[in-house]
Amino acid sequence: MDPKRLIEMANQIAAFYASEPDPVAASAGVADHIARFWDPRMRRILLEQASAGNETLVPLVERALREHGQRLG
Amino acid sequence: MSLLQARDLGTPARAGEATVELTIDGIPVRTAPGTSVMRAAAEAGIAIPKLCATEQLEAFGSCRLCVVQIAGKRGFPASCTTLVEPGMEVSTETPAVAELRRNVMELYISDHPLDCLTCSANGDCELQDMAGRVGLREVRYAEGESHVHEPADRSNPYFDFDPSKCIVCSRCVRACGEIQGTFALTSTERGFGSRIAAAGGEDFMHSECVSCGACVAACPTASLMEKTVVELGTPQRSITTTCAYCGVGCSLKAELQGDTLVRMVPDADGGANHGHACVKGRFAWGYATHGDRITKPMIRNSIRDPWREVSWEEAIGHAASELRRLQHAYGAESIGGITSSRCTNEETYLVQKLVRTAFGVNNVDTCARVCHSPTGYGLKQTMGESAGTQDFDSVLDADVVLLIGANPTDGHPVFASRLKRRLREGAKLIVADPRAIDLVDTPYVRAAYHLPLRPGTNVALVNALAHVAVTEGLIDEDFVAARCEGDSFDKWREFIADPRHSPEAVAEITGVAPADLRGAARLYATARNAAIYYGLGVTEHSQGSTMVMGIANLAMATGNIGRPGVGVNPLRGQNNVQGACDMGSFPHELPGYRHVSDAVTRAAFEAAWGVSISPEPGLRIPNMLDAAVAGGFKGLYVQGEDIAQSDPNTHHVTAALESLECLIVQDIFLNETAKYAHVFLPGSSFLEKDGTFTNAERRISPVRKVVEPLAGYADWEVTQLLANALGYPMHYGHPAEIMDEIARLTPTFAGVSFDKLDRLGSLQWPCNDEQPEGTPTMHVDAFVRGKGRFLLTEYLATDERSTRRFPLLLTTGRILSQYNVGAQTRRTANIRWHEEDRLEIHPADAEDRGIRHGDAVSIESRAGVTVLRATVSERMQPGVVYTTFHWPASGANVVTTENSDWATNCPEYKVTAVQVARVESPSAWQRDYARFDAEQTALLAGERDGAPG
Repeated sequence: MDPKRLIEMANQIAAFYASEPDPVAASAGVADHIARFWDPRMRRILLEQASAGNETLVPLVERALREHGQRLG
Repeated sequence: MSLLQARDLGTPARAGEATVELTIDGIPVRTAPGTSVMRAAAEAGIAIPKLCATEQLEAFGSCRLCVVQIAGKRGFPASCTTLVEPGMEVSTETPAVAELRRNVMELYISDHPLDCLTCSANGDCELQDMAGRVGLREVRYAEGESHVHEPADRSNPYFDFDPSKCIVCSRCVRACGEIQGTFALTSTERGFGSRIAAAGGEDFMHSECVSCGACVAACPTASLMEKTVVELGTPQRSITTTCAYCGVGCSLKAELQGDTLVRMVPDADGGANHGHACVKGRFAWGYATHGDRITKPMIRNSIRDPWREVSWEEAIGHAASELRRLQHAYGAESIGGITSSRCTNEETYLVQKLVRTAFGVNNVDTCARVCHSPTGYGLKQTMGESAGTQDFDSVLDADVVLLIGANPTDGHPVFASRLKRRLREGAKLIVADPRAIDLVDTPYVRAAYHLPLRPGTNVALVNALAHVAVTEGLIDEDFVAARCEGDSFDKWREFIADPRHSPEAVAEITGVAPADLRGAARLYATARNAAIYYGLGVTEHSQGSTMVMGIANLAMATGNIGRPGVGVNPLRGQNNVQGACDMGSFPHELPGYRHVSDAVTRAAFEAAWGVSISPEPGLRIPNMLDAAVAGGFKGLYVQGEDIAQSDPNTHHVTAALESLECLIVQDIFLNETAKYAHVFLPGSSFLEKDGTFTNAERRISPVRKVVEPLAGYADWEVTQLLANALGYPMHYGHPAEIMDEIARLTPTFAGVSFDKLDRLGSLQWPCNDEQPEGTPTMHVDAFVRGKGRFLLTEYLATDERSTRRFPLLLTTGRILSQYNVGAQTRRTANIRWHEEDRLEIHPADAEDRGIRHGDAVSIESRAGVTVLRATVSERMQPGVVYTTFHWPASGANVVTTENSDWATNCPEYKVTAVQVARVESPSAWQRDYARFDAEQTALLAGERDGAPG
């Protein structure tokens, strides 16, 4: 699957949770949404992109993947 | 009229206790205040003769056939317009009354053709019945001037108007006004000269008539009559079933002669429609026997090969072996399925069960993905249940209706009629829509506010509405304190009160005048009962889910939840899209909206189904397509959907379909998706099977087999055959057994059964021990999730914005006479109202581009180009263009992009940046499509003509 498309989708999710004032809750919200709605292979590609340092991931997605990577893997 | 309809009590029932006591023909009667004498008599079993009266309409008092005598009152009052009074003594059959009625009837018959034996209404005519009832034996008037030779108007494709048989009772005129709310008919002139006419003096076809059939149903003679009855004769038996078009889910009576369907008549007892219907459900059912129906299974190795008709056994065996081959070669997760929102609950349940058991994956999705998936998500997050909160009747208690991104007169016409009735009674309407839809200004209805927002700015608008409510002290503090989460409300209140959400601050974004927005907010927030109704103009955006949450926030903050007249009401598109979602069609949810990661739920299904179920979500439709293009998804079973036409970015969709090694399509026609298929399994129409549909108000209604399946099997049977061929046993004998399984495994359906549906007619879920007869209004005492939850809904501009290259915004929608991809309605006479999709464009935008009405114009986006003819219309605002997508060659979705809702991947159909220009020829895509379509038709035709495969 096209990593660029998945990154766009993840960034969109982060944009919604960005209005959450508590950054811990925002990060958890992004991770929880991806865990609950994304097929595992999509999640794996996203994690691979984060590991590879893809700079198009917005910081909130990076944080969510960093803090909740185990759940998403 | 309907030969087989229930007894008609003459005038509408009145609410209230039966406190008025009177006697009719010496019989003591007790009835509600405001009841007519006619109805009171009928309730006591006394049928007073009548012609102009029907319980579907308010009394009119014109025919004078229902006269009675009342002790102490002078003359002969009409029983339909005379209301009951305490102590009244009514005589319905006196010699004087009888003579008067005979004289009245004699006058009617003196100007009526005496051709009863050859009349299309013979045996189904109230005039004929009443002539007998009053004992008319002769007509003493000499022949003279009459109407009996007036020519008939046969312009409408579904019914004739024969003025020679008209008794000018005005039932048709009143039905058009009171029931339908269109006011297209009128009674011209007076006395002998009076006649019924379509407004404007035109024939029916070219008038404002919307062909709902209310006038035909109301007509007591053959003056307005279905052409099928004229052709075939009066029906002899009736089966009550449910319409297979929009999410209103009208109850219809299929009336037959032998095994031939003669007509569909709206069911007066229908909980969703109360005896009304629209041009689709009432008349556009001929597709079910259209010559394009495919009734033999077919297979082929490649989409460039001719189709080969095979036995059911071979087709199913081939499909099963291909699916297993793909799983062996590419992994279990390389295949999936799509359930149909046009099929029954039982059928969608079975498809998702097939995918989760025989396929062993959660790769199942449904067309709600591309329409109301944000509704399911947004309402679940805020209120705890993925469904609308009210029944349709609730609108009759609304004082203010906020209509957002919906066009009910086209998309949900029977609900629109009820809404218009309430608006005529004085309720106020706010329309938030980029277009000036009909409800903005239509006979006897004028919106208090039209908020013509720019496409893509819904969230800014709803935030501004809530901002006004919060900052002007219009919050229902008691409701919020008692019913909602305090923390989430406090956080939301602070968020929404920020000046950046004020109408003035967002005016630049939305294009809506701040004063109008403030006025609308105050109107909504201060109403006794304010209700929100919305459609795909809310959901099909990159912030579709956010907007649904914003709507829920607004309704909860103003206390407009949990009683009749209020609520959050998604107007769902397809007949069973609610049901398809309820039945576990989403890749992350089991039936009843329970996440696959929920171990308790999963264990219940695993025990019942005898398999283990993955706790991980599967692929959604757009993910399946992306995975197919990437090479990791190889096989797909599609029941009754047409993603090649309906899903966005046609180039991407067809590329994905072409990359599949096995596409199995089950449908009644070789639809656009089936042109890319390797296995075609003939489907059954809604007339050919038993089951249930669930409409937008959560109403589960029975679908009953009217004729045998043309291909030999109902759709649920085909799915069962496939499951068995894959080695997973399914042995249901009847859909009732499937519903029993659903009820056992799904708490919200625990009290549903075919037996109960037969008894009660329909049931609104939740239906269980606590609510054994269903739940018309949800969240009455508490939200399903306990406390209502406010969520922060920051407005974010879509990435799809107008640019110098693509300066206009395209939005898409539907039209009354057509239904979604048009597979059904294009195969009916409805095409006479809509022969092509056109591009609506504002006169200023048209003039800038040298475009005149009717010109061919290209519509180009970053995704593709198509060409349509232009309709120059002031319904559009400058900068916005609009089209429908009912014809495949139109290529509306060639232009739309893969942009989607952040939470659900629901496509952003409602916003595509485009440029429009005058052209002389079709687009390259359209030329390619025409070639491909011709090629696929030839590959099918060869088989159908018996040519070698």
